[in-house]
Amino acid sequence: MRNTINHYGWGTITLHWLVAVTVVGLFTLGYWMVDLGYYDPWYKQGPDLHKSIGILLFLVMVVRILLRLVQVKPQAIETHTDTEKKLGHLVHVFLYSALFILMISGYLISTADGRAIEVFELISVISFGELFTDQEDLSGMVHKYLAYVLISVVVLHALAALKHHFIDKDITLKRMLGYRADKQ
Amino acid sequence: MKKLLLASTLSALLFAPAFTSTANAADYVVDYKGAHASVNFKIQHLGYSWLTGRFDKFSGSFSYDAADLSSAKIEMFVDTNSLNTNHAERDKHVRSDDFLNVDKFGSAKFISTSITDKGQNKLAINGTLTLHGVSKDIIIDAIKIGEGKDPWGGYRVGFSGTTKIGLADFGIPDTLGPASSHVELELHIEGIRK
Repeated sequence: MRNTINHYGWGTITLHWLVAVTVVGLFTLGYWMVDLGYYDPWYKQGPDLHKSIGILLFLVMVVRILLRLVQVKPQAIETHTDTEKKLGHLVHVFLYSALFILMISGYLISTADGRAIEVFELISVISFGELFTDQEDLSGMVHKYLAYVLISVVVLHALAALKHHFIDKDITLKRMLGYRADKQ
Repeated sequence: MKKLLLASTLSALLFAPAFTSTANAADYVVDYKGAHASVNFKIQHLGYSWLTGRFDKFSGSFSYDAADLSSAKIEMFVDTNSLNTNHAERDKHVRSDDFLNVDKFGSAKFISTSITDKGQNKLAINGTLTLHGVSKDIIIDAIKIGEGKDPWGGYRVGFSGTTKIGLADFGIPDTLGPASSHVELELHIEGIRK
């Protein structure tokens, strides 16, 4: 269940893939919903769903960070070069930070006028009102462009994993799928 | 010589105000500072109700003399970024290139060309509205609400005006449905004499 020095525990693995699927899903939904016509049935549902999932993702990410802090962090595989380790670390730092900035900027768009965000019409996430001028527009810009950058880095991250699997033939990707060298 | 000078000065003093008031109407500045003016609009939502909004930032000035409208004129400049419909998400959307495209067309203006008296304090203000980068002649139906001294030593006059514009006429994508193809503008203007 827990991480070891060489392997990811199931908690970490589940959270990783849950976030991966959610992030790709939110990007796709966001990209699609902004061009919907006013009379499209999804014109209201799309953004409602996007916001609800986004807030839940924030909670998941907080749990993920906490679990990361209280657990051992598996070391990079020995065959990774120093450049790969540095790049990998940089990409991880970016993915975590960008995700938080994205979620915060999204929150700031919808709450700029004091309105709360309804999560599946069950929970209301309160607004702190307008914290700075042109809040919805500036946050909107950050949210939009950072989303494009994030998804590009996600693609890079996935390509890197595939490179390790198919070219280097190491266990980088398999490790994130639950493979344990010590149990084979 | 002295008498002549005195006479001419006196006559100038006596007649100049009367003379200028017919030749040059008094100039007023729209009281944006004291917020006794507003630029409002309304558009139908689905054909079921009216959605109202306003532009929070604008400026303007006009010349007006009740006795002579031939020299009356008004110009107004509106900051399209300042759109406010009391809903941040909607305002962001209306500011985007789906509608007003305020990054590209940050201001709108109205410059009058002629003002005609329609009796009973009613005026027809003909002029050019530039919105979304498109200039079109429109007519604002206006009514004078009142005029006179204010309690603080100034002089004021105020009007209301309405007009109806088509989104498509100004190149604004008309995507909100048949009931929402037009916007009604509602202006409340109070001017302070300069």
